[in-house]
Amino acid sequence: MSPLLPLALLILLAPFVAFLLNAFVARRAWALAGAFTILGVGTAFVASLLVMGQVLGGARLDVPFPWLTIGPNQSSVIELGLRIDAITAAMLIAVTGVSLLVQIYSWGYLHETEFDAQGHPHVHRDPGFSRYYCWMALFTFSMLGLVLANGFLTLFIFWELVGLCSYLLIGFWYDRGRTEARPLLAEGYAGQYADARLSPPEAAKKAFLTTRLGDLGLLIGMLLIWSQTGTFTFSQVEARVAGLPVDIVTIAALLVFCGAVGKSAQFPLHVWLPDAMEGPTPVSALIHAATMVAAGVYLVGRTYFLFEAAPVAMLVVAVIGGFTAFFAATMGLVNNDIKRVMAYSTVSQLGYMFLALGVGGLGVALFHLFSHAWFKALLFLTAGSVIHGSGTQDMREMGGLSRLMPWTFVATLIAGLSLIGIPPLSGFWSKDLIISAVEHHHPAFEPGRLLALDLSITGLLVFFALTTVLMTAFYTVRLLWLTFGGRWRGDPHLVHHIHEAPAPMLLPMLILLVPTVIVGFWGSPFFPDPGSNFVGLIEAHPFQEDMSLLEVLATVGLAVVGIGIAWAMYGAKIVDPARFVRLTGPLYSWAYNKWGFDALYNWLVGGLVVGLAWVIALFDQGVIDGVVNLLARVTVGLGRIGRGFQTGQVQTYAWVVFGGVVIVAAALVLPALFRGV
Amino acid sequence: MPGLNQFLILGAVLFCVGIYGALTKRNVIVLLMCLELMLNGINVTLVGFNRFLAPPVGVSSSPFAGQMFALFIIAVAAAEAALGLAIVIAVYRVRHTVQVDEIDLLRG
Repeated sequence: MSPLLPLALLILLAPFVAFLLNAFVARRAWALAGAFTILGVGTAFVASLLVMGQVLGGARLDVPFPWLTIGPNQSSVIELGLRIDAITAAMLIAVTGVSLLVQIYSWGYLHETEFDAQGHPHVHRDPGFSRYYCWMALFTFSMLGLVLANGFLTLFIFWELVGLCSYLLIGFWYDRGRTEARPLLAEGYAGQYADARLSPPEAAKKAFLTTRLGDLGLLIGMLLIWSQTGTFTFSQVEARVAGLPVDIVTIAALLVFCGAVGKSAQFPLHVWLPDAMEGPTPVSALIHAATMVAAGVYLVGRTYFLFEAAPVAMLVVAVIGGFTAFFAATMGLVNNDIKRVMAYSTVSQLGYMFLALGVGGLGVALFHLFSHAWFKALLFLTAGSVIHGSGTQDMREMGGLSRLMPWTFVATLIAGLSLIGIPPLSGFWSKDLIISAVEHHHPAFEPGRLLALDLSITGLLVFFALTTVLMTAFYTVRLLWLTFGGRWRGDPHLVHHIHEAPAPMLLPMLILLVPTVIVGFWGSPFFPDPGSNFVGLIEAHPFQEDMSLLEVLATVGLAVVGIGIAWAMYGAKIVDPARFVRLTGPLYSWAYNKWGFDALYNWLVGGLVVGLAWVIALFDQGVIDGVVNLLARVTVGLGRIGRGFQTGQVQTYAWVVFGGVVIVAAALVLPALFRGV
Repeated sequence: MPGLNQFLILGAVLFCVGIYGALTKRNVIVLLMCLELMLNGINVTLVGFNRFLAPPVGVSSSPFAGQMFALFIIAVAAAEAALGLAIVIAVYRVRHTVQVDEIDLLRG
């Protein structure tokens, strides 16, 4: 037996046992709850490292467990099962590694330090501490199950479980209301730019319902695949997909992509992710930056055989991904909430991954997923540190934090530069590979075979990819400057209470700096051997497009231009942001109002759906209720006629009896009289 | 010497007086008295028929069948009057009236 199976079971069971212990044993013992989850996830992390060692040695695992036998003559077996290959191993390390560090970080984050009038610190622990760790353990278990699944059905079960955990953790502070919109100026520009925010329970519901919409597509796609191939297992579907008509494969691939769009917050289902920032910041780091939102990319990567067999689906993935990368970045440019800027950045980077998948770069996309998981988790953890230390998440109230929180500043700076794509940090290598893949797309991806627009589609995708580099650089530096540069702009009394993060928060941030710096080399030309290079591990036949110096110069040059513009506006103040906003008024409002999507969906759901429901209610109340009421009214009317006879006057009855007797007597006697008796 | 017709006319008159009273009078006591009149009208008729039209002794039934009917009716009428008056007293205790048109609890 492969030594991978016990390891896989250990990886799954360790967080699950932690969840069970937290749910049933350590409900009141907060320290125990945290320890269980950290130990469980830590065990899974060590096992994941061992798995990676085995996989690098060439080991693979695909074990099905028969679950149900159904159909005529018991012909269909529905299987669950586990699978480990290079993609799984990489995902396992990212999920368990980020999760472990986030669990340690949360220990500090859930302890709030408040200062009384004398300046004495009072440590206040969140009352939901045990509940938090319970759900975090359940989430880690579900995410690991999703990654280890060997078939659509197993994957779908865990897919829904992570959605549930996301819902529970976004709404963790379920008793909090909406954050009130403060009368702050947008970029010093007086006016109407108030942030409409949801309360945590509302945000949780929005996230759950929006992703469910995509999950419905995944479910239908899954059933379509089952009806065509008779199996849910990836390897068997892969073997049978060649025999299917291309239209069916295209529809199946697009339906599966629907699930990915919902989970990974791609256009047009991107609206939930910025609002999901109402959850605790470590949750945002783990679920809404590093792992769960990347599950959509993982799903498309896992079912890549479907997409490779359906060029139209590939094109759709590429265009949706490219557009989302561009579109989310524009919204990140103008947002004033430190977490929301990062959320738009996440949506944008996920768009990059789908773009890479769409142009045939499976290994490149998963490489960006892997490197992005570390540096984006770090960015969110630093944002959590800033929020924890300064008590606000509105960047307009911050400033000057680099002196007060030096370690946080260093971590944010390095993670931000990695996000921008500055060599030699990890984001540079993975993002540059994506841009290279878009320019020299895979031979399998030729829009020209489908449309007579090859050049323009490729050109559009390259435009999206490159402008996003520029915008990413701008919003990252803007975030850095507004948060850490200049002077404190918030309440001057609070400035003495701003503190650097405590050790449990600082340590994970510093540890995350290591992968942020070094992970990129794994996919870089420094590992030329396809057996050890990350991209080569994922893809059996990666297309060998060396990064040309010109391309590298172009992308890094664009990033530097973005940094320069942000520096000119916020650092050197050569260009006044308020003046810039006034100049680009309609464009600024357009981006600030999220391209009108929240308003559109409010109109669609609030207007159209409620309107439709109103029509249906009219039918229900008019026709269905009408028939029932008519029956009741007929009965009542008949009864009203009947009760007229029932006077209660005994003499009336006597009259009736008498009249009856007279009639009967007349009927008997009169004929006899006429017969002449 | 009155014949059968006189008996029958007397019985019919008594019955009609009774039924007129039963259908028009509002007082329960008067109603009960009218019922007695109707029953006694029947009794006169029965006795008259027995007196003039009785079959010979030993043919099929008793030669006193009419009188026996009348006696039974008198007994039953006595019981009915007792029961009726008891009900009237009971109703009067509750409703404080013996007017039959005011006693209409069973109105629909």
